[in-house]
Amino acid sequence: MNKRDIIIERAKRAREKKAGLGDDINLERYNTAGSEHDALKSLAEVPQEHKQSLLRAGIEPSESGRSGSFLLQDRSVVFSRVKSPGLELMSTTEALKRHEWLATDYLWKAIPVDMDKYTADVELDETNGYFIRAKANSKVTIPVQACLFITTDKTGQKVHNIIIAEENSELHIITGCSVAHAVQSALHLGVSEFYVKRGAKITFTMIHNWSEGVEVRPRTAVVIEDDGTFISNYILMTPVKSLQTYPTAYCEGKNARANFQSIIYASGNARIDMGSRAVLKGERSRAEIISRVLATDNAEVIARGEVIGEGANASGHIECRGLMLSDNAAITSIPELKAVRKDLDLSHEAAVGKIAEEAILYLMARGLSEEEATSVIIRGFLNVDITGLPEALARETKKMLDMSLEKVM
Amino acid sequence: MLEIENLTVEVAGKEILRDLYLNIERGEVHVLFGPNGCGKTTLLLTILGFPAYKVKSGSIKFKGVDITNLPTNERVKLGMGVSFQHPPQIRGVTLGDMVNIAQGRSEAAIDEGVIELAARLNIPYEFLSRDVNLGFSGGEVKRSEILQLMAQSPEFIMFDEPDSGVDVGNIELIGGIMSELLDRNKLPSKRVRAGLIITHSGFIMRYIKADRAHVMLEGSIACSGMPDEITKNIMEVGFEKCVEKCKVK
Repeated sequence: MNKRDIIIERAKRAREKKAGLGDDINLERYNTAGSEHDALKSLAEVPQEHKQSLLRAGIEPSESGRSGSFLLQDRSVVFSRVKSPGLELMSTTEALKRHEWLATDYLWKAIPVDMDKYTADVELDETNGYFIRAKANSKVTIPVQACLFITTDKTGQKVHNIIIAEENSELHIITGCSVAHAVQSALHLGVSEFYVKRGAKITFTMIHNWSEGVEVRPRTAVVIEDDGTFISNYILMTPVKSLQTYPTAYCEGKNARANFQSIIYASGNARIDMGSRAVLKGERSRAEIISRVLATDNAEVIARGEVIGEGANASGHIECRGLMLSDNAAITSIPELKAVRKDLDLSHEAAVGKIAEEAILYLMARGLSEEEATSVIIRGFLNVDITGLPEALARETKKMLDMSLEKVM
Repeated sequence: MLEIENLTVEVAGKEILRDLYLNIERGEVHVLFGPNGCGKTTLLLTILGFPAYKVKSGSIKFKGVDITNLPTNERVKLGMGVSFQHPPQIRGVTLGDMVNIAQGRSEAAIDEGVIELAARLNIPYEFLSRDVNLGFSGGEVKRSEILQLMAQSPEFIMFDEPDSGVDVGNIELIGGIMSELLDRNKLPSKRVRAGLIITHSGFIMRYIKADRAHVMLEGSIACSGMPDEITKNIMEVGFEKCVEKCKVK
């Protein structure tokens, strides 16, 4: 058996393997045959009715201010264009044909194919996704945008992304996941494997713009070498049926650094189990995991964070804050630290609370109405300092967050 | 400008203010003395309309409008402002945001004029981007409160213990700016703003002139008079004896 066959065999054996966390999804409820969509010549050709959905997920249909753009509609790659010479961007399927080393050195290297039935399904079913690679020493400060878009009801969208920042390169990615209004129910399984090489940096800003009928199971892992940096900003503001994910950063190298910032506004009947994990193997590697969870309506959220310290002088911090806006909602905050040597510095803080009445009154004493005061406090709560992004992208991310907030408040 | 009649107030079922009368005219600054726990802050927060302070009887009129049952922000819109003694921390809301809110501005950028005001209060520009009251020292809280008031520019201002926790260097500065906010540097006939200063120590009164002083004891105003005289009496004989002296007169 060659390597690929072994992978397929392992996937087949994991077909029924339930995930350790999250509600089990019956994959048969979703179509495996893809709705085919024709390729576009530019993102401007995206029909007007869909443009708004793209914008809400941070995707710029004009492609301005982007070094490359990629659009996956249901199960078809309908657009892929790269503008920067330091960058490679294409569908994973295409990339596997072009680069022999991709399958041997990267595919399923960060995430085991038999992790659970979802990873297995991504391998066994017809899968697409994006391959982004920043070439060695090329610093592409203008972001690449990738959109995973569901427009057909009952679609099971299976995605396998591979992102590589070669030595001393810099890569900024905005990924927007969105769903068209007409879609009542859909499934998104997304495997993303990130490789941050020596001295490289990836920032990954992901905006989830799902709807009440969508079940989402992303599987993400990041491998970071010496002096590499990975920064993730995750924003979820819209309802979702269920979402379970636990991205893991393996800080393998010396001084490897991972930052996760998650902003979650859980509404409706959403069931969200979301965490970030860092495994600090490298000497002086460090991680920071910050989450802000706001739960309203009947939403149930489990906010996890885990730092495992294994390397000399590694340090990590977890900060989970939750704000409850409803008596029918629930937030469970689970920060975990594991230390296996004595020179580590690991810490966490977790808090779940309500909006303090005295804060509302303070703002009212400056002239705001009670509703306005509440909105200012919520915005403040969700206002995480987004660090590490180029200035223009940081500004834009802030704007995206504001836009999402305006929609919900 | 402010007329309080026969005011009785309960907090959590307990009567704190009893049959209180207070009248502050336009252009006047009054100072309210009294021992800890006598009800000074309760009076201030009742005037401001905080919901925990239940008016059982009596009325509060502001600029001729009965505000006894108005929500806080409506009172503020009529021209009322306050400097709190212990303002809450709000994560993610910066002092700059608070200043914009006090000014009624909706944009995020900070007004040039406010940056100048901040500089006068020795508040560096970077300080405006700090979360309000989070990790502020006692003196920083006072200056932050005063900056917000400068941005708001209300016609009637209440100060709750503006001198507590402030070092000597800053107290003169704060007193000077309070004087300005309350038109103290104008001729008496030109003064339009009014104020009520609550102070336990009376220290701030060295730096701002008041027109009238009151001593509060057990929820009522026990005596009123000229500020210098009352201050002197309190310093010499304490609150209760001062009230007795008042009564003898």
